[in-house]
Amino acid sequence: MSLVVRLRSLVCLLGRFPALAGVDLDVAPGEIVLVTGPNGAGKTTLVRVLAGLLAPHSGEAEVRGHDLFTDRRAARRRTALVGHETYCYDDLTATENVRFFARAAGVRDDGPVRDALERVALGPAADVVHRGLSAGQRRRLALAVALVRDPELLLLDEPHAGLDATGRAVLDDAVRAAPGEGRTVVMVSHELQIARTLATREVRVDGGQVVPIEAAPAPGPTAAGESGR
Amino acid sequence: MIWQEAALVASKDLRIEARARVAIGQILPFGLIVILLFAFALDPDRGVLARVAPGLFWVAVLLSMLLAVGRAFAIETHHAARDGLRLAGLDGASIFLGKAAAIALQLLLLEVVLGIGVIVLYGVDVHGWPIVLITALAATIGMAATGTLYGVLAAGLRVRETLLPLLMLPVLAPVMLGATRAFEDGLGGVPGDAWPWVAMLTLFAALYTAIGVLAFGALWEEGT
Amino acid sequence: MTTELDRDQLLAPVLRRVLGWSALVSMVALVAFGLFGAPTDAVQGDAQRVMYLHVPSAWLAYLAFFVTAAASAFFLWPRTRATVWDRVAGASAELGVMFTALALVLGSIWGRPVWGIWWAWDARLVSTALLFFLFLGYLALRRIPGGDPVGVAKRNAIAALIAFVDVPIVHFSVEWWRTLHQQATVFNPELNPQIHGVMGLTLWIGTIAFTLAFVYLLDRRYRLAVLEDGQEERALDRAIEDRRSQAVGAGSVS
Repeated sequence: MSLVVRLRSLVCLLGRFPALAGVDLDVAPGEIVLVTGPNGAGKTTLVRVLAGLLAPHSGEAEVRGHDLFTDRRAARRRTALVGHETYCYDDLTATENVRFFARAAGVRDDGPVRDALERVALGPAADVVHRGLSAGQRRRLALAVALVRDPELLLLDEPHAGLDATGRAVLDDAVRAAPGEGRTVVMVSHELQIARTLATREVRVDGGQVVPIEAAPAPGPTAAGESGR
Repeated sequence: MIWQEAALVASKDLRIEARARVAIGQILPFGLIVILLFAFALDPDRGVLARVAPGLFWVAVLLSMLLAVGRAFAIETHHAARDGLRLAGLDGASIFLGKAAAIALQLLLLEVVLGIGVIVLYGVDVHGWPIVLITALAATIGMAATGTLYGVLAAGLRVRETLLPLLMLPVLAPVMLGATRAFEDGLGGVPGDAWPWVAMLTLFAALYTAIGVLAFGALWEEGT
Repeated sequence: MTTELDRDQLLAPVLRRVLGWSALVSMVALVAFGLFGAPTDAVQGDAQRVMYLHVPSAWLAYLAFFVTAAASAFFLWPRTRATVWDRVAGASAELGVMFTALALVLGSIWGRPVWGIWWAWDARLVSTALLFFLFLGYLALRRIPGGDPVGVAKRNAIAALIAFVDVPIVHFSVEWWRTLHQQATVFNPELNPQIHGVMGLTLWIGTIAFTLAFVYLLDRRYRLAVLEDGQEERALDRAIEDRRSQAVGAGSVS
């Protein structure tokens, strides 16, 4: 059983700043890994490195068997990211956006495009241009774009933020269904209560590294600085 | 495969333009204003305009092209679309060809309108249509390829608007030169002299298209 | 990204000293020949002596561009990729833009007393002017930092090569353009009655002197770049330590 993600002493720079300062991480297929940690800990950077968007600086990094130092583009092929931005084009409709990314991933027909939109409950808004969608609808569209590509590795960066009840239901269903669909999920979230029920494992990141998880802090003044945004 | 992907990217860009109408609504008027300003500067009554029309035409096209290239990459900056395109798994060469094709098509349309403007406003007679059309095609492809290359290089940089002209215009000087000379021959009615310039423009276009296919991918990855 | 090709200086200290002194000596020789040894030109008078600086400057401008392009190519080729090439490319471009500007200014100084003009649309001058702008663009781009040092260096290297490919096209199309119009190519030294004898010798001395100076300055500028980068690496190590220590204190501060 080969690992989906394998990181050793990974250092990653943003300009001159070492956002990741030595990360060790293994993720096996079918896991749903929750990544937690305070703001500025490097969680988003970690997700971007796993997505192959950021070039690592030093250490070892393999995603789906591909070395991120030499073969980033291949590593991305069956990876999808739902991040802070939607990656969509303002002047294209929801359908056109999903169709574009589907075609780019090699999906020929429109069937999967319609299915993806239905799955995120955007059927009625399918012909609305991206600019005209609400924030919650846009987040769901980003999820549709990710799912239509049939990814093996699904990366979610604070996916619950900005979602309404429908959106949350859609997202949670998708995450729960992931292992059954052959996907591995790495999810960054501050919504600890929901996320912990979805995840199979939790990893805590702080100061650019993976740190041991202490016992869950009791609700109170000290925890207030970490949960939420 | 690469052609299908390029067509996908090109149709995406053109569809966005059809909806947003930036090229038609802003860049085209800009080109026409430049043509008009030249008339202010050069005084229509002195009979100079018709003689220098080829040069003025291509200067107007070149300046408009800067805007078109900037716009082609600006659409990728909203909502981190650039990251999205990278994640989408498209080959760098395909994205280059698609974007360059879309820019070239918009430029050709621009040239048609500006050409009409020059003919009407400057009182120009066109004798050698084949020369004019082939020159425009070769020059446009060269400009689009170069523009796409430098566009990606400057894209996402905070100084994009000022860096892009500085990088592009010196490199495009030969295109400016060749296109103007060829047009002069086409308008003056001595077509024989134009063909060497057309050959040079074709060489330039082929060369920079090849460079783009090879280098665009690396530049696309390294940007923010 | 350090490989066996990287080094702290381009030239061994002994070689550099020899080079520096040779450059100095040949410069002195150039001054001697240029001002005194070479005969006064029958047509242009003493103003013609500017040529002994102008021509070598122009030669150096093109040499520097070639060095930048070659270094960029070596950097891009995976088997020879090393930081040394990126630094050489940058150093050479800085020297190149200087010598290009010098060539243009000297051309102006030469032209004014002799032909009464500050500028002529001679093919060579125009090509050199465009070269100047190509350099400026490249240097402007180099000043812009990016996230990943290798990526930034790759971007700069590609930009150098794209511009370099244009240089012969510029040269030939401008040449063609100006000869078609049959301007009096007064600035073209080759068109003067053969430059031979002491004048030719002085030109050679000038070319050699400038080339030696170029290599010497390239080495010095390279050394400066190494020192600058060294500072950055130490700063990075400190930054990594600071970053990691952020976690140790977590739990009490957010």
